[in-house]
Amino acid sequence: MALPTYAGPLERTWYYAFRIFCGLIFFFLMAPILVIIPLSFNVQPYFTYTREMLTLDPAGYSLRWYNAFWNSAAWMTAIRNSLIIGVFATLIATVLGTLAALGLSRREMPFRGLIMGLLISPMIVPLIISAAGMFFFYSRVGLAGTLPGVIMAHAALGTPFVIITVTATLVGFDHSLTRAAASLGASPATAFRKITMPLILPGVISGALFAFITSFDEIVIVLFLAGVEQRTIPREMWSGIREQISPTILAVATVLVLFSIALLTTIELLRRRSERMRGMTPH
Amino acid sequence: MAQAALAPAASSPDPMARDMVTADGVPLKTSLKRAERRRKITAFLLVAPLLAFILITFIIPIGQMMWRSVDNPVIVAVLPQTMETLSDWNGEDLPGEETYAALVADLATAQENRSVGQLAIRLNYELSGARSLVAGLARGADELEAPFREAVIDDNRRWGEMQIWTILKREGRPYTTAHYVSAIDMQYNAEGELVRQPSTQRVYVQLFLRTLALSVAITCTTLLLGYPIAFLLASLPMRTSNLLMIFVLLPFWTSLLVRTTAWIVLLQQQGVINELLVWSGIISNSGRLPMIHNAVGTIIAMTHVLLPFMVLPLYSVMKGISPSYMRAARSLGANNWTAFWKVYVPLTVPGIGAGAILVFIISIGYYITPALVGGQSGQMISNLIAFHMQNSLNWGLAAALGTILLTGVLILYWVYNRIVGIDNVKLG
Repeated sequence: MALPTYAGPLERTWYYAFRIFCGLIFFFLMAPILVIIPLSFNVQPYFTYTREMLTLDPAGYSLRWYNAFWNSAAWMTAIRNSLIIGVFATLIATVLGTLAALGLSRREMPFRGLIMGLLISPMIVPLIISAAGMFFFYSRVGLAGTLPGVIMAHAALGTPFVIITVTATLVGFDHSLTRAAASLGASPATAFRKITMPLILPGVISGALFAFITSFDEIVIVLFLAGVEQRTIPREMWSGIREQISPTILAVATVLVLFSIALLTTIELLRRRSERMRGMTPH
Repeated sequence: MAQAALAPAASSPDPMARDMVTADGVPLKTSLKRAERRRKITAFLLVAPLLAFILITFIIPIGQMMWRSVDNPVIVAVLPQTMETLSDWNGEDLPGEETYAALVADLATAQENRSVGQLAIRLNYELSGARSLVAGLARGADELEAPFREAVIDDNRRWGEMQIWTILKREGRPYTTAHYVSAIDMQYNAEGELVRQPSTQRVYVQLFLRTLALSVAITCTTLLLGYPIAFLLASLPMRTSNLLMIFVLLPFWTSLLVRTTAWIVLLQQQGVINELLVWSGIISNSGRLPMIHNAVGTIIAMTHVLLPFMVLPLYSVMKGISPSYMRAARSLGANNWTAFWKVYVPLTVPGIGAGAILVFIISIGYYITPALVGGQSGQMISNLIAFHMQNSLNWGLAAALGTILLTGVLILYWVYNRIVGIDNVKLG
C-alpha cells in the first residue's frame, strides 16, 4: 500500500495521518509491557521512574527485586505449582483433545455439532461461572484445595484449544494417505504413528502450548479452587497487587514477558513448519 | 470400502443397488451400512474419553450450579411438621395453634441437631431480622408450654405478624424463584406481592446494565483501534506485516496479570502517565487525573487485553479481500473515501461481526481486570458473583446471577456461531 507518486497533498496527509494513528495504536499495545521492564530494576521500592533512573545513573538501578524474587520461598513454591499444574493439565488436555479431534474430524461422527459444542464450552463459559460451578462440585467430592482438583479444572479449560488447533491441521489432511498405509500392510496403530502423527504434530504441539499457557496464566479457577498449598504464579501476583505491592511482581512480570516471547517464537515457527509440510505457501 | 469388493453379478449394467452383493454374498447395502456403523462407533470412541472427562469436570459442575439457583432444601428439611400444617393454611389470618405447636417442635429438634443456623440464614435473605427471630425462639423452644401460640408470640411479637408466615408458606417448597427475584432487584412486600426494591437497595439491574455498557464501550474502543491496524497489517507486504504482527501477538501471549500490573503502574495517581503530565506542566500536581480504580481504568486495561481478539478476526477477513475491488471502484469514478466506505467496509462486515461478538462475549464475563483496576464504578457482574461466592456466602444468589449471565453469553455465542462458525475460530 505504498503511496503512489501521483498522490495529491490531501492524499499524502491522509496517508501519513493514518500511519501515525496506527503507530500510536502499536505504541498503546506495547508500551505497558515495555514500561515495566526498566522499573523492575528500580533500586527504590516505587512503581515510578526515579530521577536516577531517568539520568541513567547506575546507582538508580539494581537487581534487588530479582534477588527478592529468587530468594522468596512463596514465589519458588508458586513456580513449582504452576509448572506441575501446567504440565499435567497440558498432558491430559493434549492426549484427550487430540483423540477427540481425530474423531470429530471424521465424516461419520454422530451428533457432531452437539458434541463439538459441549467440548468447546469451557472456552465460552465465563471463567467466573466455571469457577463457581467447579467450586461447589469439587468441594463436595473433596477435590477443592487439592492439586488434582486444580489440574483437572485446568485440563478442562485447555482442551478446546487442542481440539481447535488439531482440527484445523486435520482440515487439510489427506485421508488417502492412511488408506495407502493400510493397503501396504500397516496396522491402524502403525499408520497413526508413522503417517497421521507426524502430519498433525504441529497442530498438537501448538494446541499443547495453548493449553499450557491457559493453565499457566489462569487465575480465577485458582482463586476459587486452590488452597494455600496450591498457590500459583498468577495467584501470588494477584495477592501481590492487592495486598503488599512491591516491585518484586515487576521482576516476575519481566521474567514472564521473556517467557511469553519464547512461547510466541515457538508457536510462530510451528505455524510456518505446518504450512510448509502441508504444501502451502507461507503467507 | 476395501472389504465391499463387488461380486461379478454386480458388474451387470443394472443400476439397482439391491441387486449388488459383496464377495461373501451379503447385499451391498447391508454391508455398507455395517461398515458405516462401525466407523461411527470408532469415531465416537475416539471422542468418548474427552466427552466423559468434560462432562464430569465441567458440564455437571455448571449444571449443578444452575440447579443451586432454584434449589431450596433448607426450610422443608428443618421445618417438616410446620410446613405440613401450613399446607392447608388459608394465608389470610394467623395460622392456628397446631402450626405454632409444630413450629416449636421443629425448632426444638433443629436446636438439638444444630440446623437452626442454616434456617436462620436462609430466612434472613427473605426478611431482615429473621435470623434473630428464629434463633431466639429456637433457643428456648424445648421449655415452651402450651398454649404455644401465645407463648411463641410472647417470645417475639413478630411471630404474631403475617409476614413471616407468608414467607414460610411461599418458601417452604423444595424449589424457589427467590434468588432470581433478588437478582432482578425485586422483593415481596409484607402482603406477599412482588414489588421493586427500595431505590437505595437496587444493585443488580443497574450492575447488569453497567456491565453491558462497559462491554459495549470496550467493544467500540477495540473496534476503533483494531480496524486501522488490521487494515494496515492486511495491506502491507508480508515481511513487514509479519513483523508488526508481533506487536499484536506479544500482548496476546503475555500474562493477563502482567498486563494488568503494567496498567496499574501506568495509570495510578503516582503512576508513569500522571508523573509525565505533571512534569511537562500539562496538569498541576494537585490535579492528577484519576485514571484507575474507576470505569476508565477498566475500559483502558480491558481494551488493551482484548484488542488482539478484535484484530485477529478482522485481519483474517481483510487478508482475503482482493485489492482489485478497490481499484475497480476507483476506476469507476469513486474517490478514495467512497471506495473504502462503499466497497471495502461492507466486505469486512463478517470480520467486524466476529471480532465484536467475541470481544463482547469475553468482556461481559470478565472478572480479574475489573477486580484489580475497576474500583467501585468499574465493577462488573462477575465481581458481584465472586463477592457472593466468597464473602456474603449467598450461594443461591450467586448461582442465580451466574445463570442469568451464562444464558446471555450462550445466546450471544449462538449468534456468533451462526455468523462465524466455531470451526473457523483462529488462534494466534
